[in-house]
Amino acid sequence: MADTMIEADGLVKRYGETRALAGVGFSVPAGSVLGLLGPNGAGKTTAVRILTTLALPDAGQARVAGIDVLTHPAAVRRQIGVAAQDATLDGLLTGRQNLALVGELSGMRAGQARIRAAELLELFELADAADRVVKGYSGGMRRRLDLAASLLTRPPVLFLDEPTTGLDPVSRQRVWEVIRELIGSGVTVLLTTQYLDEADALADRIVVVNHGQVIADGTPRELKERSRSAHVEVTLAEAGPEAVEVIAPLVRGRVSVSADGLHLGAAVDSAPGLATALIRALDQAGLLVDNIEVRQPSLDDVFFALTDAHLPGDDNGSAAARTSAAQHERVRA
Amino acid sequence: MTPAIAQRPRDAAGTRLITQTAAGRVRNVVSMTRRNLVHISREPMQLSDVTIQPVLFTVLFIYLFGGAIPIPGGGSYTDFILAGLLALNLVTSTMGTAVGLATDLHEGIIERFRVLPMWRPAVLVGRSLADLLTSCLCALVVAVTGLAVGWRTSAGPLAIIAGFALVLFFAYSLSWVAACAGLTSKSPESAASFGFIVLFPLAFVSNALVPTQHMPGWLQAIADWNPVSAVTAGARQLWHNPNPSASIDAWPMQHPIEASLAWSVLILAVAAPLASRFFRRRTTE
Repeated sequence: MADTMIEADGLVKRYGETRALAGVGFSVPAGSVLGLLGPNGAGKTTAVRILTTLALPDAGQARVAGIDVLTHPAAVRRQIGVAAQDATLDGLLTGRQNLALVGELSGMRAGQARIRAAELLELFELADAADRVVKGYSGGMRRRLDLAASLLTRPPVLFLDEPTTGLDPVSRQRVWEVIRELIGSGVTVLLTTQYLDEADALADRIVVVNHGQVIADGTPRELKERSRSAHVEVTLAEAGPEAVEVIAPLVRGRVSVSADGLHLGAAVDSAPGLATALIRALDQAGLLVDNIEVRQPSLDDVFFALTDAHLPGDDNGSAAARTSAAQHERVRA
Repeated sequence: MTPAIAQRPRDAAGTRLITQTAAGRVRNVVSMTRRNLVHISREPMQLSDVTIQPVLFTVLFIYLFGGAIPIPGGGSYTDFILAGLLALNLVTSTMGTAVGLATDLHEGIIERFRVLPMWRPAVLVGRSLADLLTSCLCALVVAVTGLAVGWRTSAGPLAIIAGFALVLFFAYSLSWVAACAGLTSKSPESAASFGFIVLFPLAFVSNALVPTQHMPGWLQAIADWNPVSAVTAGARQLWHNPNPSASIDAWPMQHPIEASLAWSVLILAVAAPLASRFFRRRTTE
């Protein structure tokens, strides 16, 4: 088995005028999980489509399990399992028939495929719905069945394109558990997601893509460290207008104050003894502190720092990025 | 670690090379054929054009036109029309192939097929075989309805079967033309228009329903060289049913069996590779 199970190098793909990929490259070592992270339209799905033999790149190289995707697509298909963003199932077949069909088409004996299908239906908690037509399945059930279909032949390389998008929290948790179990079994996974917590929870390494380019690459920890800024939140016992001036020298940029004047928030540079310094300053000013919290950067912070720094020249793109950053701020506030 | 999910990367390749062998390909085709038959069982109304339509057409043509159309050379209209009705029903039902493939291309399932290590032409072959099986059902319905309304043949069992086989083989080759239409149309709805634009004129401008002797000269020339006429005349000849085309000089009317076999082989030889090219084109991006 190759040491590097997935390799992409300089992938370029245009759809008409749109440049979906503008030279994307990354590699995934055997047995590890790569999270391909980016907003809608960043090029994640296009990269997956190329690696899974569904699309041909206009330039660049791609190898899966050491096999060239462009010259030997059929051999690549024998090594991969794919769970696409839109569930790729046959609506008129039952869940069981869908899985059996996928198994048989992949070269399994009918009996072997049936046994494996039953196993996976059980595992994904679809046994009760197994003999119902898939057209009547909920979104979460379709996703789980699609994931089951991708695992049918126990492929060594898995591509999961936004496996939890549109799922309710319970289904999402269930899918995460399954993916964690898979990871433990030594399979190599490429996972695309818009959710930073998902990448953080599941991936060994994260590649951040935006506008068809890789803008960052590292472990979740490395990426968090890259954006050194942390965030501090102070809760006062009583509102004091002077509090803003007191902490301003210790933080970076503007201090935000809640309407009742009790909560203050600001970006800070991580430094030893920061919380002590803040409390001491506030105490000297005669202000009582109920609570103080220094929060290390989340991947969200990193992500928005990165995508903001990589705005392209065109106005639309930057406006959109700004809007999404602004929305994000609102959500967190 | 749940055992069911355990991945064994190293043995994966070994068990999956099967699709490269002839037996593996046959199994892929069987799986796809079965899948299409399950589709039909889920939506039995899909079968109406091979079950209800033949009964309706048979009854309508025999009772509506039976008395009005004289057969050159004599014989009963019921005995004359049966081969024609068989051809009409089988030719028009190939529309199902066009619609079925266009629908497949529209659904997410095609993406699944494309990432599986399967023999891809199985998608097309499985479709055409499932449609051939429904054509056989259609032929049976036509035969039973015909017998019920008075169709008779003095031919031996082998000749009777050969007559049905001749028409079914032609319908099978035509289903590959329908496949081309389905693979090049933008939606299942536009694939259905193939039936009205191509299949109905093809079936009607022939000797299937009326003797061509009554047609204007230019139309008769077209009808006499229409493959549907050769197929129908061939079945009539095999079944010892009235075959007024036998008195027409055009080569296909003098040698209807050879002509219909030649047409079927020719159409298949052109349409099948073309369909697989269209399929490749539609599934490449």
